[in-house]
Amino acid sequence: MPWPFDRSYMQLALAAGVVVGACAPLIGTFLVQRRLSLLGDGLGHVAFAGVAAGLLAGVWPVWSALVVAVLGALALERIRARRATSGDLALALFFYGGIAGGVVLTGVSHSLDANILSYLFGAILTVSPSEVWMIAGLGAAIVALVAVIGRALFAVALDEEAARVAGLPVDALNSLLAVMAAITVVVSMRVVGILLVAALMVLPVGASQAFARSFRSTLTGAAAVGVGSVTGGLTIARALALPAGGTIVLLAAIVFGLAAALTRRRPAVQVLPAASAEPARAGDEPH
Amino acid sequence: MTVRRAASGAPVLEARSISFAYGAEPVLEDVSFAIEPGEFVALVGPNGSGKSTLLRILLGLLPAASGSAVVLGGDPSSVREPWRIGYVPQRHVLSFDLPATVREVVAAGRVARRGWWRQPGAADRRAVDEALDAVGLADLRARRIRELSGGQQQRALIAKALASAPELLILDEPVAGVDAASQRRFRDSLVAAVRERGAAVLLVSHELGAVAEDLDRVIVLRRRVLFDGTPRTLAETGVSLGVHAGDLPLWLEGLR
Repeated sequence: MPWPFDRSYMQLALAAGVVVGACAPLIGTFLVQRRLSLLGDGLGHVAFAGVAAGLLAGVWPVWSALVVAVLGALALERIRARRATSGDLALALFFYGGIAGGVVLTGVSHSLDANILSYLFGAILTVSPSEVWMIAGLGAAIVALVAVIGRALFAVALDEEAARVAGLPVDALNSLLAVMAAITVVVSMRVVGILLVAALMVLPVGASQAFARSFRSTLTGAAAVGVGSVTGGLTIARALALPAGGTIVLLAAIVFGLAAALTRRRPAVQVLPAASAEPARAGDEPH
Repeated sequence: MTVRRAASGAPVLEARSISFAYGAEPVLEDVSFAIEPGEFVALVGPNGSGKSTLLRILLGLLPAASGSAVVLGGDPSSVREPWRIGYVPQRHVLSFDLPATVREVVAAGRVARRGWWRQPGAADRRAVDEALDAVGLADLRARRIRELSGGQQQRALIAKALASAPELLILDEPVAGVDAASQRRFRDSLVAAVRERGAAVLLVSHELGAVAEDLDRVIVLRRRVLFDGTPRTLAETGVSLGVHAGDLPLWLEGLR
């Protein structure tokens, strides 16, 4: 392959990165519509505790992170659905609980070394062929799942109550989405790291929906921005000897910023002329 | 065009002595009425009259304190084939900043009927196109939903509900904040639903606007059912059911 993908480690990084770049925004599109843009980040913090627990227990940290993040996703969705607390407060609980748990566990195991740093910030340039296969498997699962339940998830995002009245299994669909997000975070954390994977779920979506005319094109556009950010980010990182994960996410952030700036003149929410036509009903007032 | 009536004649929706209270504050007292297949009924009452609570009970989103609701022959929270109920929520509860086309929004109304795991087929696409035609939005199908006017968005939501070919269409405050021209298109959409599709329509609103003259029945609610009859009967009581929203609270006074 031509420069910068002439070395096998760069080819493995590209393969893993393209899958994550295409698939993370597919999940992220539904999270953004449901105003859960930060869910991936919250799950990342929980996954961090899982990684630390795995290092402490001596099991492969990806497994322990997967178990903890999936359980966290289900718990979060349950709290949200029961309206026990507001969505962002529930997220905060997981953000800080997860990061604090991770810090305590790493302290106990004295493992705050290069190993845990590779999970926090990613190690895309040291991805192994077996990890590429695992990531490719995840990617295939995400594409298949979005193809099957994407329309139902869209109906729920559009109007949860109407979807419930129509008989859609709203709670199960929401839980499935949260679990998919958890799995995406954990499997992608080796590529861009726990701290940045959530960014790759959300930033390409922001860029895409600034231009997209339909929900379908938002999905495909977000995947395209994700793939572009990974490819461009790896190239720039190699050329300038920058950290790959951070460069990828910075590029995605710049694309989002430019897209938002270019479409700024168009009002995001149209002011409805009818809003001012709300009839004044003098008869309502007691005289 | 004939109105299709169910052979059994069983009501599509029935409120049986429904009562409800928030704490010590009674919201609904002994509310009973029935809606027959193909009927076009408005449930009206001022703000705070218990309409929204009654609507949530009828949709199975809230259990009644006493009494019961029967929707399509069953308990509203466990209706078989619940897509037979078309629910049009208040427009402002929707996330219309979604990057979605009008057609995508309307097609979302078909998902439950098709089965959420199934891909749309020819029948689904036809149902969506017909629903768009019925509300006069066929030309705007490729537009982004947020680029539409309030009245057009309202009609898109009706089309979304019509896409599952419901036997009962329930609309929550559909004409609030919609200009007069849009209200007429809205009336045409509803009349099409009743006359051409045989659906029963329950319009829940604090005002009647342009639909007043097409109604089969009006139910006036203020905690209890104050009136249940034809618009003509209501007019004969000396009360106008005019197009002015402001009329309503005044003629409610006369019924008390």
